[in-house]
Amino acid sequence: MRRLMIAAAALALGLIGAAEARAAESAGPLPSVDFPHIGVFGQYDKAALKRGLQVYREVCSSCHGLHYVAFRTLSALGMSEAEIKEVAASFKVTDGPDAEGEMFERDGRPSDRIPSPFKNDNAARAANNGAMPPDLSLVTKGRNGHEGYIYAILTGYQDPPEGFTLGDGMSYNAYFPGHQIAMPQPLSDGQVTYADGTEATVATMSHDVTTFLAWAAEPELEERKATGLKVLIFIGVLTAILYAINVRVWSRVT
Amino acid sequence: MSTPVPRNKVAQWIEYRLPIFSWANHNLIDFPEPKNLNYWWNFGSLAGIILVIQIITGIVLAMHYTPHVDHAFDSVERIMRDVEWGWLIRYIHMNGASMFFAVVYIHIFRGMYYGSYKSPREILWWLGIILLFLIMGTAFMGYVLPWGQMSFWAATVITNLVSAIPWIGETLRDWLWGGFSVDNPTLNRFFSLHYLLPFVIVGVVILHIWALHHRRSNNPLGIDVKSAKDTIPFHPYYTVRDLFGLGAMLFVLFVFVFFVPNMLGETINYVKADPLQTPPHIVPEWYFLPYYAILRAIPDKLGGVVAMVASIAILFILPWLDTSKVRSARFRPIYKQLFWVFVADCFVLGWVGANPPEGSFVWIGQICTIYYFAHFLIILPILGKLERPRPLPDSIHEAVLKKRGGAPAVQPAATMEKH
Ligand code: HEC
Ligand code: HEM
Repeated sequence: MRRLMIAAAALALGLIGAAEARAAESAGPLPSVDFPHIGVFGQYDKAALKRGLQVYREVCSSCHGLHYVAFRTLSALGMSEAEIKEVAASFKVTDGPDAEGEMFERDGRPSDRIPSPFKNDNAARAANNGAMPPDLSLVTKGRNGHEGYIYAILTGYQDPPEGFTLGDGMSYNAYFPGHQIAMPQPLSDGQVTYADGTEATVATMSHDVTTFLAWAAEPELEERKATGLKVLIFIGVLTAILYAINVRVWSRVT
Repeated sequence: MSTPVPRNKVAQWIEYRLPIFSWANHNLIDFPEPKNLNYWWNFGSLAGIILVIQIITGIVLAMHYTPHVDHAFDSVERIMRDVEWGWLIRYIHMNGASMFFAVVYIHIFRGMYYGSYKSPREILWWLGIILLFLIMGTAFMGYVLPWGQMSFWAATVITNLVSAIPWIGETLRDWLWGGFSVDNPTLNRFFSLHYLLPFVIVGVVILHIWALHHRRSNNPLGIDVKSAKDTIPFHPYYTVRDLFGLGAMLFVLFVFVFFVPNMLGETINYVKADPLQTPPHIVPEWYFLPYYAILRAIPDKLGGVVAMVASIAILFILPWLDTSKVRSARFRPIYKQLFWVFVADCFVLGWVGANPPEGSFVWIGQICTIYYFAHFLIILPILGKLERPRPLPDSIHEAVLKKRGGAPAVQPAATMEKH
């Protein structure tokens, strides 16, 4: 039985290792960054989540929406109902049609989802040099390299190498496929003033907003891992008992 | 063991009208199984349990899912976020599909190793292959439902294969699509069929088990059961063992579900389907990779499709391609080695299928494809004639005693083996 449990545990660890190796290798050589929520028991860094939300609100939200994230779910970041109401109200949401048949804008409510600042995709393209700023709700889940890649994009703005011709309004990014990105460098040192006094370097802001986007993509992560641990202990013990019964029953057979 | 006639009055009343108690007793309690089955015999029951898990989680998912190109992706994301434990249901269903294939593949390799496809189990074997086709169809259509980038593009690539059929191919493909590309009608019919097929699978599983219970299980020695001494009742021996196997499988499944739920999936399927943007690499899920490698190994489109279908269909005639009279590889010294070469060949094909068809992957894929078919069409027919099998034991009972080191009355103590 013990051999079996060890084999199962080894298998599990091997698989997790393989998954992380795969996540790291897939988008080429990304800078190595650690996120506390990655790994078997990892949980989100709550302070980083709050700072990340601040970066998102003050910088990214002028181009990107979070279509799948409802304001009410920000309670997971430790925000009170009043704070959530205030955050929601700082966004404009299109509603309607009203009694006259017109669409109108109103302040956001906790039940709304974090809207895109643009009326539609074409408006978003028109405002961004023809490129579409994607919705960010699933961006850490939907890109090879995951968190590491997002962090790399945000910190990867550089001067183009000798002889590299950039298109009009494009920027050079070391990690974006093809190196030409339509998103102008969004972050520069000191761009936000963190409420908790943390120094707002590009690296910190990128790390924080990436943590926030990881939460936006996988809000269930903490509950998932905590439940998983209990379930595995339960199944593990049950299986061990079943194995013992199995051995006992079979010892009668000659 | 329990008596065939129930003691309880209500049970007696029912039994008189519908003999379910004696039926259950015959098939699940007293049913005689060879007493030497090993753990590789667990995988049939595991496949059955996974099928039930898939059906239950699938029905719950269908309560919240919307089969429309504009809403499918959103409804899945809503299941992940707003439905109570929705993420758990979805991750079990998603990883359950992978588990299903892993279990069924082991089950099939078990059959190949111990010669379970040979007389009198050919129809049992055929029903198994039909099940494999049905499971593949179900999994493929299920993968299209979340309407991510890979859902859409895999559906486009695979349904386009139909157009390789001469004359009617393109008409057939458009009929399958319900239009001129993979679109809303395609998604609707795939949803309908994805709901239907698992119940067809249940029906075929019933036939599969009917055939199994008619001619009974094979065993690791591959020799027939000769007397009651060779068997033990299904309960409690195989019920506890199957329960233990279930626990072990659930442990593995839950490691994936709770800790690396997206490891086996494609990252890009979390991007909503976009018919105008082809992803750089279109790859199927891992369980289709060997077939994908065979498909691409043949330079001709129609030829590739034929080879891919043939790679499974060839299993139908395996009972006649293998000319050896001995079932179990234990007594076939050369086949035993070549079996593992064949398994390795399948793994290499899977690895080739995961990579772009460039450089050395091209010729490695072609050689492995040739070997795959040669295993069935050349090696097995000839090997059965050339190989000298080792002597078979007289009975299961005797072989078991010898292995356990117990002393049978008829055997002198001197021949005992220490275990
Ligand atoms: C001025 C508008 C603007 C702002 C502000 C902005 N972005 Fe972008 N973003 C874009 C555009 C446009 C694209 C599409 C780029 C392309 O496809 O070339 C983009 C793309 C992205 C991508 C996707 C890269 C990929 O691989 O497809 C990420 C991730 C991203 N932005 C994150 C952020 C974050 C985080 C912030 C805030 C710190 C931010 N953006 C602020 C306009 C903006
Ligand atoms: C839905 C999928 C399937 C289910 C639920 C299923 C179920 C079962 C069960 C419960 C058994 C008896 C236990 C055992 O021997 O392991 C069995 C036996 C068997 N199955 Fe399957 N099976 C499935 C798919 C397949 C496939 C795809 C094949 C082969 C192509 C196959 C071939 C066999 C054979 C040959 C046996 C008899 C094995 C023996 O006793 O040696 N099965 N199946």
